Amino acid sequence: MMGHVHKEVSNITFSLISPDDVEKTSAAKVVTPELYDKEGYPVDGGLMDIRLGVIDPGLRCKTCGGRLKECIGHFGHIELARPVMHILYVTKVYDIIRAICRECARVLLNPEKIKKEKELLSKYRRAKQFGLLRKRAKLITNRLKLIKKCPHCSEKQYTIKIEKPSTFMENDKKISPIQAKARLENIPDKDLELLGMDPKFARPEWMILKVLSIPPVTMRPSITLETGERSEDDLTHKLGDIVRINQRLFENINAGAPEIIVEDLWELLQYHVTTYFDNTVLQIPPARHRSGQVLRTLSERIKSKEGRFRHNLAGKRVNFAARTVISPDPKILFNEVGIPKSVAMELTIPERVTSWNKEWLLSLIKNGIKIYPGANYVIFPDGKKKKITDETQESILEDLKEGYIVERHVIDGDVSIFNRQPSLHRMSIMCHRIRVLPGKSFRLNPSVCNPYNADFDGDEMNLHVPQTEEARAEAEILMQVETQIMTPKSGYNVIGCVEDSITGNYLLTKEMTLTKEEASELMVSVGLDTIKFKSATVKGTEIISALFPEDFMFFGSAKQIDEDGKETKLVIKKGKIISGIIDNNSIGENNGELLREFFRKYGKEKTLQLMVNLFRIGIKILLKRGFTTGVADTDIPEHIVKKVHASIDVAYKEVDELIAKFEAGKLEELPGKTLNETLETFTLELLNKVRNKVGAIVAEYPSEKNSTIIMAKAGAKGNILNFTQMSGCVGQQALGGKRIERGYSNRTLSLFQKKDLGPLAHGFIKNSFKRGLNPVEFFFHAMTGRDALMDTALRTPKSGYLYRRLANALQDLRVEYDQTVRNANNTIIQFKYGDDGLDVSKSEGGIISVKKAFNDILGK
Amino acid sequence: METVAKEFEGKLPQKIINEAVAEAKKRSCSKDQLKKIIQYLKEQYDDARITAGEGIGIVTAESFGEPSTQMTLNVFHFAGVAEVSVTQGLPRLIEILDARKEIKTPSMEIYIKKEFNKDMNVVKKVAASIKETKFADIVTEFTINLSKLQIEATLHQNRIKDLKLTPDTIAKALGEGLKNVIVTSSPNKITLKAKDAENELMEIYKLKEKSKDIFIKGIKGISQVLPVKKDNEFFIVTAGSNLKEVLEIKEIDETKTSTNSLFEVLAVLGIEAARRTVINEAKKVIENQGLDVDIRHIMLIADIMTTSGTVKGITRSGITSGKSSVLARASFETPIVHIINASLVGEEDQLNSVIENVMLNQPVPLGTGLPGLVAKMIKGAEKGIPKGKAKK
Repeated sequence: MMGHVHKEVSNITFSLISPDDVEKTSAAKVVTPELYDKEGYPVDGGLMDIRLGVIDPGLRCKTCGGRLKECIGHFGHIELARPVMHILYVTKVYDIIRAICRECARVLLNPEKIKKEKELLSKYRRAKQFGLLRKRAKLITNRLKLIKKCPHCSEKQYTIKIEKPSTFMENDKKISPIQAKARLENIPDKDLELLGMDPKFARPEWMILKVLSIPPVTMRPSITLETGERSEDDLTHKLGDIVRINQRLFENINAGAPEIIVEDLWELLQYHVTTYFDNTVLQIPPARHRSGQVLRTLSERIKSKEGRFRHNLAGKRVNFAARTVISPDPKILFNEVGIPKSVAMELTIPERVTSWNKEWLLSLIKNGIKIYPGANYVIFPDGKKKKITDETQESILEDLKEGYIVERHVIDGDVSIFNRQPSLHRMSIMCHRIRVLPGKSFRLNPSVCNPYNADFDGDEMNLHVPQTEEARAEAEILMQVETQIMTPKSGYNVIGCVEDSITGNYLLTKEMTLTKEEASELMVSVGLDTIKFKSATVKGTEIISALFPEDFMFFGSAKQIDEDGKETKLVIKKGKIISGIIDNNSIGENNGELLREFFRKYGKEKTLQLMVNLFRIGIKILLKRGFTTGVADTDIPEHIVKKVHASIDVAYKEVDELIAKFEAGKLEELPGKTLNETLETFTLELLNKVRNKVGAIVAEYPSEKNSTIIMAKAGAKGNILNFTQMSGCVGQQALGGKRIERGYSNRTLSLFQKKDLGPLAHGFIKNSFKRGLNPVEFFFHAMTGRDALMDTALRTPKSGYLYRRLANALQDLRVEYDQTVRNANNTIIQFKYGDDGLDVSKSEGGIISVKKAFNDILGK
Repeated sequence: METVAKEFEGKLPQKIINEAVAEAKKRSCSKDQLKKIIQYLKEQYDDARITAGEGIGIVTAESFGEPSTQMTLNVFHFAGVAEVSVTQGLPRLIEILDARKEIKTPSMEIYIKKEFNKDMNVVKKVAASIKETKFADIVTEFTINLSKLQIEATLHQNRIKDLKLTPDTIAKALGEGLKNVIVTSSPNKITLKAKDAENELMEIYKLKEKSKDIFIKGIKGISQVLPVKKDNEFFIVTAGSNLKEVLEIKEIDETKTSTNSLFEVLAVLGIEAARRTVINEAKKVIENQGLDVDIRHIMLIADIMTTSGTVKGITRSGITSGKSSVLARASFETPIVHIINASLVGEEDQLNSVIENVMLNQPVPLGTGLPGLVAKMIKGAEKGIPKGKAKK
């Protein structure tokens, strides 16, 4: 392969460009505003001059001889008839011009002080502390603007005022850019240091433009419209304006036109040059297209989210990526991703031909680009890349030797990187193994939805295929799904069992007993064919126990109610479940205690395996047993409904009593609250209690066979509150922690009496979702619903900005080899990360448990 | 036991060793068992150590950024009780991280020395003495006497009694607060009259409004006080904060008294206390929202905000402005300003941090991009290798 030179940039120095350099590096001097001649060929000396680069296919650059895409373009220049201010440097010129003598152009600093300041400034410069240097220089110039007499030549100084955007006034007389430039030119090099400048990099007079650099054509390409018409870039338009006015100014000066005309043209030139640099200057109207659209000139190209920095430099576009809709597939592994064949045939991996894989690669080339495990390109040792087509196939098959590189289609087991935006944490980009599946969407195991925060309501995700060995190795070792089980945020597991698999495990460990045959069949069906059961009947707990190693010990902390209604906790001793039920608290996401303990002892691979096994068994069990849920689950018998209504009526009465007490003035004020507020507090408390009461009544009724309740108890989906709201009563609607108050004066809706303090008038919903809400209740419910919606909509951008700032402030911090945390300047931020040097994701929330260690070693 | 403990000193955090020794005594383990256990703990500790090169900053930013999307925007919540409202959720977190000088709801928790903290009367007395009383608080009615061109304020007798004020002391305080005003007092009335002869009605009205704001008694800035009982102990929650003056009250327990105003802590107690306040306040917000973020992340943020010796916010004028790289600053906000300034001084970007290297398509100095390759050369072959090739 052709050896290419790898260069590394070690530093970048910023400086002003001098007029000499502009001319020296210029490929062409632009003298005419015309762009093309009659044939549509670029005019010599025009803005599209082919010495500045080419954007038309077929043309060759006059400077470097390159064709389109080969030539990166060359800068040109315009000689301005009169100097103009550079708008972005106006404030800097203003600072400097006030700090120097109007006569001798020396810096207005006392000769005694000069030496001291110079020493300090050069110290900063040597230490490369440019921030301090700038601050000090600014301090000096700020002090000097008030000085009335030059300490060097004793000339009297006048205050100079700025007339925005770019005119200086001294004693009500204008300082023209020519005069300003002259003053700046006279500053001796030795004084520049005091202004924070270094003549090597910047002379102040360079801030006033006499020659203007013209960016290459490639930076402002024109678009050819369907009609064949050319549409020029905004910058070309603006530069055209500048050249036109500049030429007119030249002509007028040469023709000896009256000063007033020259002045006007000069002003106009200043305007055009100003808007060329920055079209958002406050005091002047922005330059526009004929259609009235504002031009996007240099500053706007750099600034903001869509600007060069954030859009093109900090973020980049890549090849070998795919994006499509995701859908679930519980049968693939957690660390796999299913991709459609059509995607697999576009994404390729470069594979070098060796004697071991030559045969295989040849077969892939034979398949070509149209048959699935095929190949798309072959790269020759000289660096040339050839697409495999019907024509080239033959010759490539003959030519292929060791050392060639074949870009083959991805196959099962290849490494890929999978991502869902917004990428809020590192678990948003993980490494999955590719599995080519029929269909048109990406498939992922529902258990990895949580780290991506994905669901299947139309979400799309991105997939990348790393192209080098290094990238693949990093992806595999650092980004593999199993390495991301524990979040560095809190040390909890972000990946666990979800939904049906939890319900399955719950039912299995709680109440199920299988025959030996059934149990064996179950184990085999999830791929565990080595486990044998001895007894004729197998309890659910025994099946799960078979998944644990023999020395596994676990003591759950969550209280559970077992089959017989007794209170237990999940206990596993020597790999056997002694008591308790497996539920969301042990194997779920975020709080899977059992998974955490398992991870601590046996590491990531085994934990992932355990999760997969539990997941599969859970689902298989549900398939076997049968499990369904529907509206019928929320049916409750009439006598329970009556009970619910009765308890609501009791609460109503209590509220009425409270109001009566309030109106009679017998209510006692709570400390620090007014009487009205006290009443509100009590009422809200009462009404909130009602829902809990209703919840208790409703939860009493349904049998253990109610699927909704089973799911709620297992922690798989939903909770008792949801059930209460569906079948019992929705309860009090609250806005900002209070009952609903808004609306008309002294009432929420016009159908209530004024000053009605009762529950119905302030958003209590007596009905259940299933029975249906009446119009008033519906309205209140919609109010709280809207409030929640607004909250989310307003919060997202705020927290997004906070995150951007945080990431920006902290991105350079790293842990050094000596365990200190340092930033990019090598300043120590912490002597030991978190005071103990523990990684949150590697220890359970940053805690090394001494008790557990005793249990492990002493075997208790 | 202690000898075993000594052996591992410095190899493990002392806290773990101490805990292990205590546990061993409780379970009456043998020396060998303890050694085995500590050895086991050490293995666990070494496994759980943070890897060198870990880009811990970005991990911290993620750990804050991700949960912040789940926080509520509900600004006010009551600090457990009654009237003293405190900003919470995302707005408060932003306030802390921005290091705002003026916070929306400054508040203090004033603890009382052990001798008095069970005595409600002492607590109430302290609370009353702290609360800032303005002239308007102790006046029932302001009247402008048009014939005499003066203001007459009727005093609220009960309040004055409660606050142990007399018309004379009030008049004195007013005299200090208002210039060019003649203050005369009678048992239930205070009269204000401007010294200047040309008394326009407008001026008198202005004077009336101005007098309402005059500070009479208490501690400036503390607008609400509320004695609260928690865990068998009384303390005072306030709206408004003035740490410096509160610390001078002799009944209070200065070791526990705190404020949520970062800059007050910085001014009164110094940078380390300010760091601690950042940690405490951020932790409060996160816990209040029911979220789970490890303390290490909060500590790192507090540390980076305070390493310079003053509190710097996580804003463009705070931490980002202190970055040495021009490109890093430019890529955050206001890029043009940074480039213009850099060009004048001839600033050099050393490309030491992450974002510049991303821009240039080069490996970033974090994680796997941090180490360089060091190769051991066979003797004799060294001559052929030019010196100084190995970078970083």
